[in-house]
Amino acid sequence: MSKSNTILYLDGVSVSFDGFRAINNLSLVLDKGEMRAIIGPNGAGKTTMMDIVTGKTRPDEGEVFFDGQVDLTKHDEAEIAMMGIGRKFQKPTVFESHTIEENLMLALKGPRSIFPALFHRRSAAEARQIDDILGIIRVGDKRDELATNLSHGQKQWLEIGMLLAQDPKLLLVDEPVAGMTDAETEETARLLKDIARDHSVIVVEHDMHFVRELGVKVTCLHEGAVLSEGTLDFVSADERVVEVYLGR
Amino acid sequence: MITGRFFAAGADRRIAITIFMLLAVAIIVPLLNLVVSPTSAFYVPSYIVALTGKYLCYALLALALDLVWGYCGILSLGHGAFFALGGYAMGMYLMRQIGSRGVYGNPILPDFMVFLNYKELPWFWYGFDHFWVAAIMVLAVPGLLAFVFGWFAFRSRVTGVYLSIITQAMTYALLLAFFRNDMGFGGNNGLTDFKDILGFNVQADATRSALFAASAVMLALAVFVTWAIVGSKYGKLLMAVRDAESRTRFLGWRAENVKLFAFTVSAVMAGIAGALYVPQVGIINPGEFEPSNSIEVVIWAAVGGRGTIVGPIVGALLVNAGKSWFTGVLPEFWLFALGGLFVAVTLLLPKGIIGMWDSWRGNARALRAASAAEEAGTYVDPAPPKIVRAAARTPGEWSSSNPEPQPAE
Repeated sequence: MSKSNTILYLDGVSVSFDGFRAINNLSLVLDKGEMRAIIGPNGAGKTTMMDIVTGKTRPDEGEVFFDGQVDLTKHDEAEIAMMGIGRKFQKPTVFESHTIEENLMLALKGPRSIFPALFHRRSAAEARQIDDILGIIRVGDKRDELATNLSHGQKQWLEIGMLLAQDPKLLLVDEPVAGMTDAETEETARLLKDIARDHSVIVVEHDMHFVRELGVKVTCLHEGAVLSEGTLDFVSADERVVEVYLGR
Repeated sequence: MITGRFFAAGADRRIAITIFMLLAVAIIVPLLNLVVSPTSAFYVPSYIVALTGKYLCYALLALALDLVWGYCGILSLGHGAFFALGGYAMGMYLMRQIGSRGVYGNPILPDFMVFLNYKELPWFWYGFDHFWVAAIMVLAVPGLLAFVFGWFAFRSRVTGVYLSIITQAMTYALLLAFFRNDMGFGGNNGLTDFKDILGFNVQADATRSALFAASAVMLALAVFVTWAIVGSKYGKLLMAVRDAESRTRFLGWRAENVKLFAFTVSAVMAGIAGALYVPQVGIINPGEFEPSNSIEVVIWAAVGGRGTIVGPIVGALLVNAGKSWFTGVLPEFWLFALGGLFVAVTLLLPKGIIGMWDSWRGNARALRAASAAEEAGTYVDPAPPKIVRAAARTPGEWSSSNPEPQPAE
């Protein structure tokens, strides 16, 4: 399989914690500009896979390449983030004691060393970018609100907004609609589809209704390996997928 | 540009007032001591000058701790070590200034070295006869120790209570080392019997007043620097690391460097505090490395309100004034009182005095706004919790909202 023209390339990746194989010979390829939904029961290794891609966990074996050529196993979280991989956590994680605007300011693409940050003045271009993102994530009226006062769904959006501010090439989005109302879920699907127009995206989600809304290729993980891959209809018709989900 | 922000922002009035008061005190107290006649009601006796000068050094130390604890969630239980190292650097300069006026009259070797049969000055004492060398060492030694210590600790991602324990171990290790006579720092007697600083007699009233003024000015400067750091984008990042360290990493920030910078700056501030402290109390000995000293600093910051700039200063001044009074009245119960105070503050005033004041004022303001709106005939939800919280935080962008120590990940 050729690595060129892929944004993410995992081949034969395994990792175990205290003898438990969280990821077992996983291979997954994401083309540039593609959006992919990943489903799977609890403990299938979805979050661990994201940990490996973002440098939080080192795989025991296997290859992980970004953009066709960068070996991600040789870099740490901050370097990988700077290369252009953004990650939204399962539990919305924003800077609670900062305002929405400050949250986005800290996420904005730019130098990441201490001294520029110490003497940083906000430029007009940055203010414009923040305004744009505030519009996209639909919390423009709350820019001076502390993040801790946001609803769960708004925190999820703010975190997605922070990802956008980073201007990554690849977004890893872990359970973006957990705890959202139906209306918010639909909004989020629309938002992600917008984002997917000029980014590569991996969405991990349990909510099948939401996955259907996205209308993209689906990969089902089970026990740390790919169980089935294809359209949602194909995957959900797969005997083995039905089996792991219903436990027959 | 920073000064522009300083004078423009009404929200930072408290910082401006604090700096102004410190500068005023730096002028007024020496005047009242030196110029006013001792029979006047306004006369400030010399012992009060020395005592409050000492408190100002403690306040600077508490402020240094607050930068890392309040704003970055690093609970250092070893800040007394940086204070003591700064103090030792100053003490070494003061020892060299004694010259041949020591008991043994040796022009080069301090008394304790003659007593311990040193033949020549140890290499690390070279240059300490110059004030500028000592001044650089006051900054460099604590700064370097903090940098090296922090480099390893933060890189290995030691956080929370584990970090607290190793900072405590660090100061304890230094305590044991400085107790040894062959370390060359005077063993358990430490350095004392100072005569001159910059050619002035350390015992003289004018020198004491000058040291007091220097402490007040340095504290004012530290307040300004801390305020500038905390208000910058880096300051926001510092609090972001405190609240969600992994989030900052996945945004591409190096959380370890963020912490390392604050820790080093804080240690340098603590070193300056120690250097100003030693000529005012006239002695530095290994007891300053005592872990309990560092824990006391934590109590000052907690009482005043961590994560506020003014809080730790208020806490340090109040607790130490209380200590001076209490140890005069009931000396054997002071430690119980201190422990009780810490428990009481943790239970009743988790945000400290300044934090409580801010929330109380924020509540009052929200209620006032609500009643004013009602009178005007427009309905405003009477003080919904959201507004209360937001208002409680607007008095200063530097007053952080929720500086809870973060659990180890």
